Amino acid sequence: MGKIKKDREGIHCDRRTFLKGAALGLAGTALPLNKADASFWEVFFQKHFREMNEAEIKKVLERLEKEYEQKYKKAIKVGNEKELPGVLFGYGLDLSRCIGCRRCVYACVDENNQSRDPQIHWITVLRFKKGEKWVDLEESEKYYNPELVPEADYFYMPVQCQQCENPPCVRVCPTQATWKEPDGIVVVDYNWCIGCRYCMAACPYGARHFNWAEPNLKPEEINLQTHYLGNRPRSKGVVEKCTFCIQRTRNGRYPACVEACPVGARKFGNLLDPNSEIRYAIEHKRVFRLKEDLNTYPKFYYFFAYGV
Amino acid sequence: MGHMIKNFFIALRQIFIGDRSYYLWVAFLSFFILLGISAYIDQFNRGLITTAMRDQVSWGLYISNFTFLVGVAAAAVLLVVPAYLYNFKPIKEIVLFGELLAITAITMCLLFIIVDMGQPLRAWHILPVIGAMNFPASLLAWDVVVLNGYLVINVIIAFYVLYRLSIGKEYSMAVIGPLIILSIPWAVSIHTVTAFLYNGISARPYWNASILAPRFLASAFCSGPAIMLILFQIIRKRSEVEIDNRAIFKIAELIAYAMAINLFLLGAEVFKEFYSGSIHSYPMTYLYFGLHGKTSLVPWMWAATLFNITAFFLFLFPKTRENFTTLNLGCVLIIMGVYIEKGMGLVMPGFVPDTLGEIYEYSPAMSEIIVTMGIWAAGALLYTLLLKFAVPVYTGKLRFETKERAGHRT
Repeated sequence: MGKIKKDREGIHCDRRTFLKGAALGLAGTALPLNKADASFWEVFFQKHFREMNEAEIKKVLERLEKEYEQKYKKAIKVGNEKELPGVLFGYGLDLSRCIGCRRCVYACVDENNQSRDPQIHWITVLRFKKGEKWVDLEESEKYYNPELVPEADYFYMPVQCQQCENPPCVRVCPTQATWKEPDGIVVVDYNWCIGCRYCMAACPYGARHFNWAEPNLKPEEINLQTHYLGNRPRSKGVVEKCTFCIQRTRNGRYPACVEACPVGARKFGNLLDPNSEIRYAIEHKRVFRLKEDLNTYPKFYYFFAYGV
Repeated sequence: MGHMIKNFFIALRQIFIGDRSYYLWVAFLSFFILLGISAYIDQFNRGLITTAMRDQVSWGLYISNFTFLVGVAAAAVLLVVPAYLYNFKPIKEIVLFGELLAITAITMCLLFIIVDMGQPLRAWHILPVIGAMNFPASLLAWDVVVLNGYLVINVIIAFYVLYRLSIGKEYSMAVIGPLIILSIPWAVSIHTVTAFLYNGISARPYWNASILAPRFLASAFCSGPAIMLILFQIIRKRSEVEIDNRAIFKIAELIAYAMAINLFLLGAEVFKEFYSGSIHSYPMTYLYFGLHGKTSLVPWMWAATLFNITAFFLFLFPKTRENFTTLNLGCVLIIMGVYIEKGMGLVMPGFVPDTLGEIYEYSPAMSEIIVTMGIWAAGALLYTLLLKFAVPVYTGKLRFETKERAGHRT
């Protein structure tokens, strides 16, 4: 009896939702009519992440966990760890070591719950022929597919979000749905992004990716430890990007790509700590940053630890 | 109050008055609108994967059309300037139809933006106060302000004039004069802001050139008036509205000047890119010669260039300008030329090659084309219905009931 009554309420609410939706003009197709979804309006009217107080954020996180449980039948934890005081994250990539194996690419996909179909990769590894024009990226090959890496005549350069100190993507976003956190990580509020893709046009590093379709993620593939601003499952129609594995790094762990690299080409640490590995690399190696002429001030440093 | 309701129905009734060809036209447009809506519903449900856009080329046909139509809307100013400021009578009488075209074009612009959005239900996030408008940092926020402002200004001017005429009175310049003055810089601003939207992006060398905004304006002042010239001839033929040939030839002359500037600016750009030959010339090389064997835009760009140059000469010489066959040929060439130049020719090279050097050759998906045709049909229908009301008011055939007049009759 109780169940029937509940269902009825569901239907009633549905109809009302539908009428309201119709009033908004874009009704019908927009509304999840099959699931009696009372939380539709809660989702619709969710405030900007940075305008919510602690209690409101807590409610949203709980709602998201419930949504994900319904969708994936898994208990996914959506965290909201704050930045650590006195931390500004920086990344180093030793080009003399990189062998182009793309283990970082797939470790990132596993860690950050990217869509498997269509595939979304936050890291792009570019291959260059030795002895040819390089830094303009024009001669790079993204879809190389040899039997074995590294190949004798080539070298490799992985590119991902450079976490710019002066990020052009943040400036252009019309809704402030993306911003730079105090620890230097550029994040996206997936529930606020309208999917206009202006940030993708503005990013000089091809680091932003759009969910052209509803992301496909098998429940058994999901990483259950997530962060609201990081690797929680996304929906179609929003932009996503590398967050230096915010869900890991704010808990004192390395990003997944750093751990996955078999040759130790990837370094990570606190730029404000003079004893950190990243500071050592910057101070002792020949470092450069990608497209420095654009004054984006990346916190992603490429360097050559030894000559080849 | 009673009068208002009655008048509303008088206006509404106009929509249903028409001959066979009118109904066929409306049915024809409705067919494409319905097709467009069904394609859009599919896109809405499945996501923008139904389009050919991908991460490498993240804007396509929709944003190209948006850009072209901002130009059409802005060009209404070309009519307003001589009409009101210099009191050039023949044009002044037809400014109204230009303003209605601006209203239509802006409405289509907004539709193109909405269909391009990944999360259209969240459109309110871009509004100030209730949303989180990123003003003044984001040029897209600026665009929202200027486009909606321009829409409001033109709606007020057009409907005020129509209202005064419909109750049989002259409109007062004291009321709309300031608005008309305001609309001139405002029209320039909608196009400038839209140009800056691309222009400000340092990641895309093709857009990041100061010539972009001036070229935007110059080409808009070609395509917008060209569309109007064709519409004026249709209106003149299909109704009792009299449009002086002098107005048409004057506008054609103005198009010739605008096209001269447009071609000059294009030449300046071509020189800079190819003479210096830095890596920033790749997008333009891709447009006109192809890059790494990818040449899908090459025939289009040469066709557009050829169209624009031919049209320029047709409009330059009074003999061809004042002959309706060559005039209309010129109009069609300009509309096609600028549509290609502003669409594929402007949006695509921003993304090809992409920021990591990849060349993804975009060509719109069928679903995108159908949605686009749907919006064009919706725009044509809106303009038709606006004319259905505006033309009889303008010719004096349609008059509203007022207290005085109702009094006269009893």
